[in-house]
Amino acid sequence: MNDKNKIIAGLIVFLALFTFPVWYNLGKAAPAPEVILTEKAKEAKVCVMPTEYMRANHMQLLDHWRHEVVRNAKRVFVNADGKEYTMSLSNTCLDCHSNKADFCDKCHDYASVSPYCYECHIDNPKGE
Amino acid sequence: MNLKYVYSFLAVLVLFLVAYVGVEGLGLDWLFGIIVPYLAVIVFVVFGTKRILGWGRSAVPFRIPTTAGQQKSLPWIQSSPIDNPSSKLGVWVRMALEVLTFRSLFRNSRIKLGSGPKISYHLEIFLWLGALAFHYAFLVAIIRHLRFFAEPVPFFVQLVQSVDSFFRFEIHYDPIQVGLPGVALSSIVLLLAVTFLLLRRLLDTKVRYISLAADYFPLFLILGIAFTGILMAYFTKVNVAAVKELATGLVTFQPTIPEGLGGVFYVHLFFVSVLLAYFPFSKLMHLGGIFMSPTRNLTTNTRAARHVNPWNYPVKIHTYEAYEDDFREKMVEAGLPVEKMPAATAAEEKE
Repeated sequence: MNDKNKIIAGLIVFLALFTFPVWYNLGKAAPAPEVILTEKAKEAKVCVMPTEYMRANHMQLLDHWRHEVVRNAKRVFVNADGKEYTMSLSNTCLDCHSNKADFCDKCHDYASVSPYCYECHIDNPKGE
Repeated sequence: MNLKYVYSFLAVLVLFLVAYVGVEGLGLDWLFGIIVPYLAVIVFVVFGTKRILGWGRSAVPFRIPTTAGQQKSLPWIQSSPIDNPSSKLGVWVRMALEVLTFRSLFRNSRIKLGSGPKISYHLEIFLWLGALAFHYAFLVAIIRHLRFFAEPVPFFVQLVQSVDSFFRFEIHYDPIQVGLPGVALSSIVLLLAVTFLLLRRLLDTKVRYISLAADYFPLFLILGIAFTGILMAYFTKVNVAAVKELATGLVTFQPTIPEGLGGVFYVHLFFVSVLLAYFPFSKLMHLGGIFMSPTRNLTTNTRAARHVNPWNYPVKIHTYEAYEDDFREKMVEAGLPVEKMPAATAAEEKE
């Protein structure tokens, strides 16, 4: 059989699929988005935990908080520096980071993550 | 005792140490984050293409379909148009079923001698099930990972992601905490399927007897990939935005090394790079080879049509007629029978 044309066509289709990310981005670099800190967040300088920890593990911290509040009725979080915080997404996290669209959503959209926090919590509890 | 799995396991262990020590100990992030992935992709594309083109050049002079059904012949004999296809459409259906559902593997059967003298054939379905689970979980995992390579994230990737993380698993204990933002079903299926395929080779004595180091190596490597991926996604955690920055940097040819990615991520990336680079030289090339199986992709019309080898050499022939023409007189003189009497002799005989 002489199927050279079919084989080359199949190879081209495969290579087109394999290089999908290259031609989809078309050389447009997509660096990690810079989150915007509100004035209040800038003033506070430190989050409840170090920034590096928060970047990778904030969802676990929030899960832990929810568990402690809902199951154990414990509402105070003490961090490594001995500072106390109320375990609350709406009242503690969103107090400083009141700009969900420029803070939370930026990375969540970038990494295609859809957390279900906001199915119950409202974006901006204080209506600022 | 076949101990070939030890070599493969040690090879993967060495690869793990190379990447982990290289990044954590020697700080060679740029080597494992930029150079190695690029080299791996180049090797995969160049040598994979070469292998396929090499196969494309090989001779397939005859139709050699393996038959699993009645060939089309007389109208009153029932034929099976998919298992023994005589039309192009039948071939397409057979190929699609082969590629998408691994039909040849489904035919796997095991011969058993019962208590009596009777042989019985049993459907051996678990290899087929394991292979299906493994391949589809791997496909879903690859599609999911496109979220790191494409910006903005395409809708089909988001769709696959949401379907894949449909089931919620949330485990909350002090030492472990798993489940946010979601658990991908494919990651668990992939890990379980690879484990099953590995145990099948290790525990089934007959399969173990014929298994080579090259059979174990991809299994251990993929086990390593799945393991490090799951470790990062659900346990140790990694800064996903930084991962995406590195990945998009690679595919837009503006490589960067974001900070704080850690050893486990680079081990994961290194394992994937090794898998890609190893691909063209291994049995994993069945990715392309399946489409080129002459026993699957040819029509079975050997009775309906005459197939002449397309590159037959034009053979010089000398027929008996020509031979007799050359030697007729001598043959008649020697008293040998000839088919056509020479004109002179024929006239003599008439007289």
